Amino acid sequence: METFKIILLIFLILCAISVSLIKNYLISVIVFMSYSLVMSVIWFLLESPDLAITEAAVGAGVSSILFFVTLRKIQALHGSEGEEKDEQSQG
Amino acid sequence: MSRVRDNYENSRFRRLLRWINGETDPLEGKMEMKPLREEELKGESVYDPDRIDRARVERYLDDVERNTEMRAFRVVYRLGSVALCLLLIAALLYAVSWMPAVGDANAPANNEVSQRYVEQGLEEVGAVNMVTNMILSYRGFDTFGETCVLFVAATCVIVLLRRRRDDIEKAKETDWKYEPKPDAILQQVTKVLTPVIFLFGVYIILNGNLSPGGGFSGGAVIGAGLILYVTTFGFHRTQRFFNEKTYDCVKVGALTLYSITMIYYFYTGANGIASLFGTGTAGNILSAGMLLPINIFVGLEVACTMYCFFALFRRGGM
Repeated sequence: METFKIILLIFLILCAISVSLIKNYLISVIVFMSYSLVMSVIWFLLESPDLAITEAAVGAGVSSILFFVTLRKIQALHGSEGEEKDEQSQG
Repeated sequence: MSRVRDNYENSRFRRLLRWINGETDPLEGKMEMKPLREEELKGESVYDPDRIDRARVERYLDDVERNTEMRAFRVVYRLGSVALCLLLIAALLYAVSWMPAVGDANAPANNEVSQRYVEQGLEEVGAVNMVTNMILSYRGFDTFGETCVLFVAATCVIVLLRRRRDDIEKAKETDWKYEPKPDAILQQVTKVLTPVIFLFGVYIILNGNLSPGGGFSGGAVIGAGLILYVTTFGFHRTQRFFNEKTYDCVKVGALTLYSITMIYYFYTGANGIASLFGTGTAGNILSAGMLLPINIFVGLEVACTMYCFFALFRRGGM
């Protein structure tokens, strides 16, 4: 169990560092999502399962979705260029 | 000779020196820096003398060879930011090293207050889950404040992001254009998963006084389920069972009932929350007095807030 905890903590630190270093926003948000999932497993191992449920639902679920929606709104996701052209040609 | 020179130019030290002197921008061409739409796309003339002048001045300002002030500022700025980062890391690590170890018997958190919560909680409040005892009964005032904060946050998002009604009508036509095309796999998976997610959320809320979880976690799960349904089937189908009117009724109703419960709780001297229905048999769902209704109110509030955030970010209305 100790080894498992250490592996999780190392993965957590790697995720935290790589979120700020990754240059693609989409990948960065996905890495942030995995950070939250690992964090929820760690909450469970620290014997606070209610926090684990909340972290999985809010950290990995809702906040990442809000990030995705915002990135789409500011047109920073790949693939938004085609839609832009569609919009211009139609409107 | 030239090879030695090349090696020197590409060496780590020389690159660091160039970075400190501000001759290269390390992020140039690597970071996604896509600006919003340029003004000239709207059909204005490209030959704008003001803009050309501005560009020339900006080029001069950025030219570190001539602008010595800029160069000094860049050196100080970069070294300063690195030093500040290292200082902050060192300060935080130093502060953490003073904290008591996990499970330390002499830690300040293990005083008589928490001891009383653990020993008397089951008897006084009647919930098996000690965390629920604490946050909804002994510390009920805090939780009530948090729920009000959620309400205020959702209201602020509505004020900031809400569109006018005719804008929403217009957005309805283009709504599907921005959505991913209706995907068969996604829709089938969502059809199977959404009831399970809702059921799990309801289970967490109802068992808040027995097992880990409670109003906030269960509400977040239900909100995530709603968001999944909306992203798959669009707003049109979701509005059949959850439109803005439902949202207003559920959210304001839950908060009002919660406030009335808390007023009763404070009026009876902050320990009467269980006495309305009695503590009941510990271990049943219908036990622990008012904790179950309060859990339901908090859950409805949180689920509505999550969905409201998503809907307003997505299209500026529900």
